[in-house]
Amino acid sequence: MIRFEQVAKRYATGHDGLGSVSFHMARGEMAFLTGPSGAGKSTLLRLIGLIERHTRGQVVVGGQNLQRIQGRRVAYYRRNLGIIFQDHRLLLDRTVFDNVALPLVVAGHRRGDIERRVRAALDQVGLLGKERLFPVTLSGGEQQRVGIARAVVNKPPLLLADEPTGNLDPELSQEIMSLFERFNQVGVTVLIATHDVDLIRRMGHREIRLRDGRLAPAGRP
Amino acid sequence: MSRRPGHSASAGRGGGSRLTDPVSGWLLRHLQVLISTLGSLSRSPFNTLMTAAVVGIALALPSALYKLLENGEAVRRGLEGAAQISLFLHQEVNEARGRAFAAELTARSDLAAVHYISPDEALAEYQEMSGLTDVLEVMEHNPLPAVVVVIPVAEHAGVEAVRTLVEEFAAAAEVELAQFDQEWVRRLDGLTALFERGVVIIAALLGAAVLLIVGNTIRLTINTRRQEIEVAKLVGATDAFVRRPFLYTGLWFGILGSLLAWLLVALALELLSGPVNRLAALYYSDFRLLTVTLTDGLLVTAAGAGLGLVGSWIAVGRHLQEIQPS
Repeated sequence: MIRFEQVAKRYATGHDGLGSVSFHMARGEMAFLTGPSGAGKSTLLRLIGLIERHTRGQVVVGGQNLQRIQGRRVAYYRRNLGIIFQDHRLLLDRTVFDNVALPLVVAGHRRGDIERRVRAALDQVGLLGKERLFPVTLSGGEQQRVGIARAVVNKPPLLLADEPTGNLDPELSQEIMSLFERFNQVGVTVLIATHDVDLIRRMGHREIRLRDGRLAPAGRP
Repeated sequence: MSRRPGHSASAGRGGGSRLTDPVSGWLLRHLQVLISTLGSLSRSPFNTLMTAAVVGIALALPSALYKLLENGEAVRRGLEGAAQISLFLHQEVNEARGRAFAAELTARSDLAAVHYISPDEALAEYQEMSGLTDVLEVMEHNPLPAVVVVIPVAEHAGVEAVRTLVEEFAAAAEVELAQFDQEWVRRLDGLTALFERGVVIIAALLGAAVLLIVGNTIRLTINTRRQEIEVAKLVGATDAFVRRPFLYTGLWFGILGSLLAWLLVALALELLSGPVNRLAALYYSDFRLLTVTLTDGLLVTAAGAGLGLVGSWIAVGRHLQEIQPS
């Protein structure tokens, strides 16, 4: 599903975000991306989401070479990704329903179709019945689950999450991670950047460890 | 990226649940945005009206000037073909000699019409037109000379030909003064052309102002909705999708502004029509002030809509590219 071959990202300032990273993730796999802050976890996810462009090497996602995805094709490519952020990036002046519906509206789905799918996604994250509320009236954990519902509402084959539990207490973090596991069980490829090492060790998924923009051997701190 | 097998069925259903006819789907999406942008404009009526009013005034000014120009043209057309020469006869020329002179002129082939106006007739006409009856009554005798009005045939109505005729008549013994009344019409033509050029320049400047007003308003709207644009792009919105509501907002500003301009000009002409028609009546003219027609209004609306669309297009083109998810 995801293949990195000697991928490097050098910013215009000369700073290296990533230096020669190679790894492969199979379809349907779930993996955690770990490492200290500044190790390049976010950079790696942003390269996959085409929020930034790699400067060297090759990134192939779902059989598509990202270098060849330019212009308006970027938008169509992103429709096959679900991205979740630590700060959830919800639109605070829109209801929960409208926030979750956004990817479907953008893709031009019909109204009835949108309503059905948004309800299904909210049901999956346990927020059914909160469609009419505004995000500010929700707790941090609920806001993050709205963000997850938005990411999965158009059933993307790949989910990316950047520190999704960064602001949550251990119990809520466990809940959110279990949610990701459930999506993974129905075949979604999941890649989660996190520094919550204790939590993920208990879950027993693959760990991709980064240090100073390079892969570090797993299992060694 | 291919969808995973477990969801291929739902993906297929998803494809089927979208609008199958691409043309009507496209039309429906545009219509939805057109209406939803009007809806969001109506939710901030004060800001919308402010921008629409500025656009309206900027459009009303050249429209009103153009309308005045059109009225001037109408007056000018009424004067056409009136290439008449007035021959004022010497006071000592009596009526019999005057009429004989007029008869001589009637025989000429280069004159289409000759009309003798005796001093008494001239006085009666003057009294009627000026209303100065009392003043003229206290005068002991009629101060007005007899006048022979001649109208050259069409082929002699040119400026040079008329000038030759005027010189010839001026030399006649009976004539004190030969006056070509068309001179001021040509001056009016010159003034009209100047005014017309001025209107074009003002229209161009104010058109540019409308572009800037709409463009700036759209730029501000884009800035306040920056986060929304970023998130929309993040979940797969195309540039066209993001652009659409802003373009339609600009279109609405143009349309609302031009409707306001239409109203303003119609109102202004309505206010002018009373005095103008009274003035025309004083000149024995059946001239009526031309008011705003439906075509005029539709033209202004089309111009406003076009300017609004182009103005927002410029702003969107400049600022939407800069906003990328981070």
